[in-house]
Amino acid sequence: MSKVLVVLETAGGQLRPHCLPGITAAKQIADARGQELHLLVLGADTGAAAEIAAAGYGAAGVHTITDPALEPFTAEAWADAVIHAVKTLAPSVVGGTASSTLRDCLPRAAAVLDAPLCAEVIAVKSGDTFTRPISAGRALLDEKVSGDLVFFTARGSEFEPAAAGAAAPVSAIEGASVATRGVEVVGIRKTESSRPALTEASVVVSGGRGMREGSNFKVLEDLTDLLGGALGASRAATDAGMVPADLQVGQTGKIVAPNLYIAVAISGAIQHLAGMKGSNTIVAINKDEEAPIFQVADYGLVAKWEEALPRFVELVKARVS
Amino acid sequence: MTKILVTVKRIPDPDENLKFTAGGLDLSSVKWVPNAFDEYAVETALRLADDVSNKKNRLAEIIVLSICPQKQRQHMTQFLAMGADRGVIVDADDSTLDTAAIAKIIAKVAEQEGVDMIITGKLSQDNEGNQVGQRVAGLLNWPQACFAAEIDWDREGNALAVSREVDEGVETKKIPLPGVVSVDLRVVLPTSVRNGVNPADHAFTDGPRLASLRGITMAKRKKVAIKTPADLGVTSSGGEATVAVNAPPARKAGQMVGSIEELVEKLATEAKVL
Ligand SMILES: Cc1cc2nc3c(=O)[nH]c(=O)nc-3n(C[C@H](O)[C@H](O)[C@H](O)COP(=O)(O)OP(=O)(O)OC[C@H]3O[C@@H](n4cnc5c(N)ncnc54)[C@H](O)[C@@H]3O)c2cc1C
Ligand SMILES: Nc1ncnc2c1ncn2[C@@H]1O[C@H](COP(=O)(O)O)[C@@H](O)[C@H]1O
Repeated sequence: MSKVLVVLETAGGQLRPHCLPGITAAKQIADARGQELHLLVLGADTGAAAEIAAAGYGAAGVHTITDPALEPFTAEAWADAVIHAVKTLAPSVVGGTASSTLRDCLPRAAAVLDAPLCAEVIAVKSGDTFTRPISAGRALLDEKVSGDLVFFTARGSEFEPAAAGAAAPVSAIEGASVATRGVEVVGIRKTESSRPALTEASVVVSGGRGMREGSNFKVLEDLTDLLGGALGASRAATDAGMVPADLQVGQTGKIVAPNLYIAVAISGAIQHLAGMKGSNTIVAINKDEEAPIFQVADYGLVAKWEEALPRFVELVKARVS
Repeated sequence: MTKILVTVKRIPDPDENLKFTAGGLDLSSVKWVPNAFDEYAVETALRLADDVSNKKNRLAEIIVLSICPQKQRQHMTQFLAMGADRGVIVDADDSTLDTAAIAKIIAKVAEQEGVDMIITGKLSQDNEGNQVGQRVAGLLNWPQACFAAEIDWDREGNALAVSREVDEGVETKKIPLPGVVSVDLRVVLPTSVRNGVNPADHAFTDGPRLASLRGITMAKRKKVAIKTPADLGVTSSGGEATVAVNAPPARKAGQMVGSIEELVEKLATEAKVL
């Protein structure tokens, strides 16, 4: 029986939680096709597979490829491993959550296998037709991908994390020839933060160019921390160096869909909206009543942040304490 | 001399409203503009090639490649005016080609030209695939450095050190050449691209450069080769098909509030998010 195969990422011997929505998307595709769901764990140490198999997530099997060349991640070695898994398991669909990892390696593998890839899927219409946003989310494309093998990546904000189910058996795939082709990962600069990850936070507070300078973000950070949220920003604010680049929300930044999104001094360019329109409740504070952000806001307040924010912090403080 | 191939796409002006037809998009009257990420890609190539102390000393030849109808090549002219050396047009309506075919065409031209480096945009702003660069690297079996924010060209070592924007932060990856780079926004910040010849702290003007008047005149004299997908032996497999294009569901209309007190009250009692 043909399968739908999900590529998973692990860290410190555990499944990375951002992979769970990709499993849900894959399960929907597998159900629509009447096929089995299978999971693939790649790494130098695939010990996490035992725990993943115990949770099952609705899968019929968990497969591992273990090779020192798979860590740290490189698209070159990971694509080799995915290609080998496809040749061994003969799935009809391969995919996972649209993380920077899978966005990097899956198109490479798809090209070598001459297969189409549907990127950033937000809904599964049928076994071969998926919805994905185009033109900064101003249109939704229903795309049919056909052939013996197709690839997909699914937007993490649009699918529920997969829940644990019955345990699945683990088996190791041997004989992969995995090579990094002379590339070397020198290191990774992580932005240290005690706040939840932008893409996982239930509250996101973002500031834009109208905040004028980095030190003014202090009051936004106070609000963020009171709400237990993550801090975000527009491109104009990150480009101006007010906050680190990886806080950028939008078409080319993080795609977020929290329960509450608060946009302060952000005009609401389409590229920004593309990254936050899916939020449950949107609040906009802007001094310009014509700002396009108000068109997507559930609650809009025309005000200068200098006047509105300190009071906002005070009132929220009174409520949460 | 080092050869850099830069891929460039034309897209419908993202600042114009989309026109929806029954289940599709009407592109008949759109204004075509260059994909912003491809402007960044051309600027990156120019910064790699520039010797800022000696304009005559170019460190690389820059070839721009676009798959588009031959008659709609204003974007190509713009890139030649910015300073790219010559162009290749593969004459086809790219909206009728699969992504797989676009990548095969690019890989084929790269082989024919014998290039050392391919620079693509990370994303086409209309299609939003974020996959062409990765595909080309796979087809050529070359290393890849995608979502590049900073590039150091090690000419002696024939390699690039690329800082790439990943979910957890910024990763630095060294790739031997030939290789493929896809560029993200921040590659056009003033000090993001270094070629070992210019002082390490040399600051370029922020963003892609504008074409000079001289550049515009020169562009008319630059060579643009015209090919077809058939010349390159590439056909589209039909693995991707558009079933429908729809407007996203509108958000339910929001409300304006008069004060921060009212806002907090409503967030607490109406939206129940506080
Ligand atoms: C290819 C491409 C990709 C892009 N990707 C992204 C992306 O991922 N994310 C993103 O955000 N942008 C992106 N952009 C940029 C986007 O087009 C806008 O330029 C950017 O979002 C604007 O940021 P902003 O709203 O902070 O600034 P502006 O548009 O300058 O707006 C500032 C706002 O602040 C308000 N303001 C000023 N002072 C005050 C005050 N004292 N109190 C209250 N309000 C005040 C003003 O009224 C104004 O509305 C992209 C652009 C391109 C071309
Ligand atoms: N028709 C085309 N002609 C030339 N380059 C293209 C074309 N389509 C895509 N590209 C390149 O591939 C990059 C990524 O596109 P995509 O994968 O569609 O998001 C773009 O930024 C371009 O550099």
